[in-house]
This record gives sequence, structure tokens and C-alpha cells, in this order.
Amino acid sequence: MEPVILQIENLKTSFFTSNGEVQAVRGISLEVHKGEILGIVGESGSGKSVTSMSVLRLLADTAKIKEGRILFEDKDLTKFNKKKMQKIRGEEIAMIFQDPMSSLNPLIPVGKQVAEMIQTHHPEVKGDQLKQKVLDLFKMVRIPEPEKRYKSYPHEFSGGMRQRVMIAMAFANHPKLLIADEPTTALDVTIQDQILKQMRNMQQEFGTSIMFITHDLGVVAELCDRVVVMYGGLIMEQAPINEIFDNPKHPYTLGLLASIPRLNQDKSKRLVPIAGSPPDMINPPKGCPFAPRCPYARNICAAECPEFTKISPEHSSRCWLLDPQAPHDHNPFAK
Amino acid sequence: MSQKILEVKNLTKYFKAGGKQVVHAVDNVSFSLEKGKTLGLVGESGCGKSSCARTVIRLYDPTSGQIILDGQDITHMRQKELQPIRKKMQMIFQDPYASLNARMTVRDIIAEPLIAHHIIRKKAEADEYVFPMLERMGLSKEHANRYAHEFSGGQRQRVGIARALILQPELVICDEPISALDVSIQAQVINLLKDYQEEKGLSYLFIAHDLSMVRYVSDDIGVMYLGQLVETSTSEELYSHPLHPYTKGLMDSVPVADPKLARQKEKSSIEGDIPSPINPPSGCRFHTRCPYATEACSAQMPDMKEAAPGHWVACHLYE
Repeated sequence: MEPVILQIENLKTSFFTSNGEVQAVRGISLEVHKGEILGIVGESGSGKSVTSMSVLRLLADTAKIKEGRILFEDKDLTKFNKKKMQKIRGEEIAMIFQDPMSSLNPLIPVGKQVAEMIQTHHPEVKGDQLKQKVLDLFKMVRIPEPEKRYKSYPHEFSGGMRQRVMIAMAFANHPKLLIADEPTTALDVTIQDQILKQMRNMQQEFGTSIMFITHDLGVVAELCDRVVVMYGGLIMEQAPINEIFDNPKHPYTLGLLASIPRLNQDKSKRLVPIAGSPPDMINPPKGCPFAPRCPYARNICAAECPEFTKISPEHSSRCWLLDPQAPHDHNPFAK
Repeated sequence: MSQKILEVKNLTKYFKAGGKQVVHAVDNVSFSLEKGKTLGLVGESGCGKSSCARTVIRLYDPTSGQIILDGQDITHMRQKELQPIRKKMQMIFQDPYASLNARMTVRDIIAEPLIAHHIIRKKAEADEYVFPMLERMGLSKEHANRYAHEFSGGQRQRVGIARALILQPELVICDEPISALDVSIQAQVINLLKDYQEEKGLSYLFIAHDLSMVRYVSDDIGVMYLGQLVETSTSEELYSHPLHPYTKGLMDSVPVADPKLARQKEKSSIEGDIPSPINPPSGCRFHTRCPYATEACSAQMPDMKEAAPGHWVACHLYE
């Protein structure tokens, strides 16, 4: 296995609102290895975006990292001050957001915005050399007529083209880690396909590690090497890509897989939805957060949150049903 | 003989876009929908699927063409004449946050169509209609006094569906009803819509960009590109034998939730963006992105031809 580039240890992030403390992330630990694409899957409110915002320290003022360490190449980012963090952002860790329109400045031509990104971190690059670098990036992400497009404003671009600009910007300084938060959710499938391909090409070209946040299991299947499934501010299961789809070991993962129709789905078969709705993170459930919606939940599930069970060295899941003493009846994981 | 609830003939809807420019949103689209069935419309954003639906339900006035609802030509009806007919056709919107009035209780939201169509006279009479509908939607009557902001996205969408179904319409237009919802909630809403259809025999015009979901809910599918229908067929046939290069590309772009399959699949991806509907390309509108385009494609617009029984395609490759 490649060395670890990002290690998150027991991260807890909360938002302090007038209604109380929203415990968005409640103690997650994960690592991203060099050159891998790690998928983080979960529904809205699962804490997946807050995790990535914690890494880059782009949280709102009401939010606070309460506990835990975020080690990027063995340096603890939670200890960094604003200035040091700014040096890391865009240089060593870059980010792509869901909505490219609101991440670009509408008053500045896109070429200049990408140039700014390079210049902030490399003031020695100037003039024609700088412009050439931007044009090369535009060519790499396949923006047609880069010379002409350099001077265009964001509103003159389609959603897909804007996201290409964001990718060019993200890769401008050859970051070691890229955090992509639902980068294709707002795009059409045809454009999504183009963008995913582009990201994979860039990742292979530069050997960048990617933390890819999404709710779409299809995208995960196409792109990721490993998957972390989040729910209610906790990691429920993590495993290599094939393991998650072939041998899921958490009822929530099972539920996610059963609720999406496959392209070859038998139409007479009903979809199996996950009943209920996600938990309220001001008063998260005491036990397993998924217990109130879990078809296999038992008394212990609501009372106490299970620890991780190792299924294989790279596959672990947090579920009482995997306990050696778990009963065999009504247990999808019993042998 | 099965009866048609909806027949659309050569429907065209242009919008003025400042100056002499015209947006060709819907161009010469024809299809029909049988009672109790679901017709899916798919295509990229900007292909005209929503404009088409909104014209059909007469939220927009058609530029030309014909809309026949349950045997009655509604194309040129005035709003006043349309009023009683609107009872038969209702709409479910994409955004469950924007489509519910934040200042109304759920009871008032669901009861409003009843009052508008004089089925009840006073709000006080609403409960006998609203309560069973709430329960049918998997909500409870305790929810009736609450406001939309107190609900999750999935629950809000159920309220929006309840509002559409309370008049027992014969045709419901579902404009991306699940794309704003979480995956685990989407299936809840889809099952609800399907069960209700089986029970009441109503018809859906289902618009979405999620192809696997469209296939799952629809009996027939129409693929739209830049304001035109390029292929129509039963959903099984369309997915097993897509003919139009655009349909093929669209289907290949869908991420497959199977890592092994996803990685070995040869993809015929579609390059580039959808062109502007203000100046649509000449000939076949897809020719600028089509890997098989020939000279004929940019010169002449292909007609819809029946390539196999019930399977229609507009492409020069099949002539």
C-alpha cells in the first residue's frame, strides 16, 4: 500500500447555533493514501462535507473542531494558524466545489482567476510565462479555443465549462491532495462523464490523491479505489471499491444499494427504500445513528453505538450484527 | 383498444429572447400517452423537456401544434375555459422547497385545489379529504397543522404530491420529482407514485434526467435533444436496443453502480456541450456532437421513421 498522505484521527466538528449544538461530525478516523481516489458517500446531513471543510479549515464561524487531529504529511493542520493554512490551500491541498458558478468571481475573466491562483503561490511566475501556463492548463482540461476563452467571464461559460475552469485552477499548482465535494452533481450525465474522465486523467498525470465526496454510488463505482460510507456524523463502513458492492457489511450500505434502480433492473420488482429520514444532529441517537431506520435493529442498537468490526485488513464496519455473539436469525450477515 | 389520455401533435413552443432572437424550446414534438401508463421524457438540461411539459399543461401558450387531453382539444382554450379541465391534469414540481408556500399550513396547501375547484366551500370541510390523503402519502393527520419548513425534503415532496393528487387527476406531470431528494428517499417517493397509479389508473408524464429511474417507472420513453424528439419506444426496447447515437451516448454516460462493469465498459461518450437553442444547428441538431455525422446530417433534418415496430427514430443512419 502507498504511504498515507492525509490522516484524520477522531475528528469531531460541531456547529453552535441558536437551537443548540449541531454535532455534524462525531468522531471519524480515516486515511487517504498517496495517489488513491477515496470516495466518501452519504446523504445530506451525514457529515461528509463538514469533514472536508474541516480538513481545509473552511468552516463557518459558528463551527468548531472540538477534538481530533488532521495530519497532512504528518503535520497537524488543526494547529496551523490562518496564514499557514492559506499557504497549504491551493498549493498542497486544492478543492473543487459542487457549484462552479458560486466558486468563481463573476467580475474577473476566468483566465485571470486561474493565473491568480498560480501567482499567489509562485510570485516569480509572471507575464507571458504565467499566461502560457494558464493556457496549457486550459488545453489539458480541454477548454476549446483557450486563447479566446482566457478573457471570458464565468457567465459566458456553461456549467460543464465552468467546472473545467475549476479543475484547471485546482490542478494549477500540482497539489498533493484534491478534495472534490460533489463536483458533478449539478451537471448533466453527459457532462458529468466528461468531467469525471478529466479528473481521472489529471489525477494519473500528477499522481494526486483525491478525496471524492458524493451521494451517487454510480459515480463511486466508476471512479474510486476505496469507499467510506458515512451516516449521522460517523463512518459506518469502509472498504475497497469491489468489497463495498460485492460484500457490503452494513445495513445502511445494503439499503443504499437496494434503493437505486440498476439499468437492468427488473421492473416488476419494487425498489426497497430506506424507511424514515436521517437523524437530527442536535440530538443524535445515543446508539447507532442508523438504528431508527434499520430493518434489523435490536434493543442494543438504540442503547449503545457499536465499535468497528474488521472483516478483512481493509474492510471494517460498525454494526452489532457483526458481533460474534449476534443472533443468527434475521441477520443478513450471519454465516 | 386502449384509450389515449393525451395526444400531442407537432407541438412547438418558441420564446422571444430579446430583439429578433427566438429560443426554439420545443420544436415539432408529437407523442401520445395511454390511460394508466407512464411516458418518460429524458434529455440534457436545455433540451426542452420541461418546456414541453409546461406547454402541454398550458402553463405556456403553444406557438403551434395541437394538445388533446382525453379527447378534447385544449390547445387554444382560454384560461377560463381551462379552469374545469385543470382538475384533470396536475403537476408535481422538482423543488419541494420552492413549490410549497411557506406561510400556509400543510392542510391549507393540500386543500387549496379543492377550494379553487369548488369541491369544498369552506376550509373546515377540508379534513375529510386531507386526512386520508396525508395517510396515503405516509404522513399522518398530526402533520396537517404544520408548516413546510418543519419537514424534510422527502416529506415536503409528499405534500406536493398530495396537493397534485387530491383532485384525483387523470394526468399528472412529474417534472423531476425526485432529483432534489436523497438517494434513500427517492425510492420512497417512486414507490408511492407507482402504487397510486396501480390503484387509481392515472397516467404520468415523467420528466427526469436520471435514466435508470426513468426506465424503471416508464412504459414508454421519448428522448429529446434541443427541442426535438429524436427517439421514442417502449422503455424495454429503448434500453436494450437504443438506435439514435444521442440515446446511445446518453445511456453510456450514466455511471453504472457496479465497479467491475463500470471499468470494463467501452464508452461512446458525447463530447462537448448542448448548442444554443437560439441558433440550433442546421439539419440534424445533434450533428455537431455526433461521431457518425455525415454531410447529409448537416444539410437535412431527418424525419421520424419506424425502425422496428413501435420504435421510432429520427436519424439518417436508419434510412
